[in-house]
Amino acid sequence: MIEFFSNIQNSLIYKNFFLVLSGLDNTILLLLISLPLGFILALLFALGRLSKIAFLSRTIASYIFIIRGTPLLVQIYLIYFGLGSVKFIRESFLWYALKEPFWCGVIALTINTVAYGAEIFRGGIQSIEKSQVESGLSLGFGKFLLLRKIILPIAIRKVLPSYGNELILMVKATSLVSLTTYMEMTGIARKIMAKTFAPVEAFIAAGILYLFLNFLMVQFVKYLEWKYNPHLRLNN
Amino acid sequence: MFKFDKLVFGDSGWGDEFLIATLMTLLVSILSMGLGLFLAIITVWAKIIQNRITRFIANFYTTVIRGVPELLVIYLIFFGGNAVVMSIAKVFGYNKYIELNALTIATIAIAVISATYSSEVLRASYLAISKGQIEAARALGMNKFSIFLKVISPQVIRHALPGIGNVWQITLKDTSLISVTGLVEIMRQSRISSNVEHSPLTFLITAAILYLCLTTISGRVFKTLEVNYSKGFPT
Repeated sequence: MIEFFSNIQNSLIYKNFFLVLSGLDNTILLLLISLPLGFILALLFALGRLSKIAFLSRTIASYIFIIRGTPLLVQIYLIYFGLGSVKFIRESFLWYALKEPFWCGVIALTINTVAYGAEIFRGGIQSIEKSQVESGLSLGFGKFLLLRKIILPIAIRKVLPSYGNELILMVKATSLVSLTTYMEMTGIARKIMAKTFAPVEAFIAAGILYLFLNFLMVQFVKYLEWKYNPHLRLNN
Repeated sequence: MFKFDKLVFGDSGWGDEFLIATLMTLLVSILSMGLGLFLAIITVWAKIIQNRITRFIANFYTTVIRGVPELLVIYLIFFGGNAVVMSIAKVFGYNKYIELNALTIATIAIAVISATYSSEVLRASYLAISKGQIEAARALGMNKFSIFLKVISPQVIRHALPGIGNVWQITLKDTSLISVTGLVEIMRQSRISSNVEHSPLTFLITAAILYLCLTTISGRVFKTLEVNYSKGFPT
């Protein structure tokens, strides 16, 4: 038995596990900023997409079209390498953020999730029954009150499962930020591989941590669904 | 800042290189989508036959691959794939060094990822076929193979086409990650060109436009296919 445990402790996966774990906070930091920001912006963009102002709606539609039609890697590279090569950006205040791979990652992830999130929320808002809005109007609700009390609560509840999917995709997307020299879990795993020439052990250690992170995310979304959809609970 | 004049065809520009890179992206996408669909059919089959072991393996495969970043799967197959192939070859008594080429590894890696998404789509559309149809086919004396060919697969294709279209878009965009293995597709080509010309903005925007064209055109193709396959059904 003791032999078995000492074998585990000496194994490469076990050692790598703790090395990769030191990158977990960097991964979570990326998510902690880009997910809430993306959520709020996605709601605003969905409302703008549905607004009657043709210019606003069309601009947001083309933004969504461009972001959803190109890979995230292109977007990250465009912000990190592309914007950094422009002279007047390097001389402006923007450079304080754009010279850091971390902030480039946050900006790219936010831009990406806003496009997908806005489409999800648009679907949710459009699926609201007309009678609900009409009854709100008949009670004398103003536009803002209608939005706050009827449209958004129903829409967000309805799209929770699909927004949960988007959240999991975002957890996976953070690994791409490692390609801009940002040392999160995938970056550290690649560094271990370069040092030890043992790729499988390094990446399996990182994979286990990502699985764990996604498991937590799934539980979080499940909890939100359970909390905000009490009428769908199986047993009261 | 912009050097779009460098995108001409011929020796002085990168136009022809980008054309070849675009074709490479398309080739990898099509190959891995095909292999992915094949893997997905096996996965679905493993999930729907009443066998606990195959179902566990299939569920484990889809859960793990979908829970791990695509980049990690690609790294794992790119750096670990050779070792696996060599150890399999060793069993058969072949002891020399084997190296898979980048295209093979890229195709396998993307296919393994895309198969997990395809399998969910295919499983859902298989479950959408009412049991009565299969029972009716059996009552007519059709054997298992012809039930699959004449009753199940035409309907699965019709139900699955919108979902498969989405998986295709994801697969197409995932091929950009293959650039880390050194295979020259659009993303890799834009990095090479921007390093040579010192103008990343130009070539990254070119890459973005090329991906946008690919996704838009293939989206149209899938729309036409959907219309074609749902003839006679109210839409």
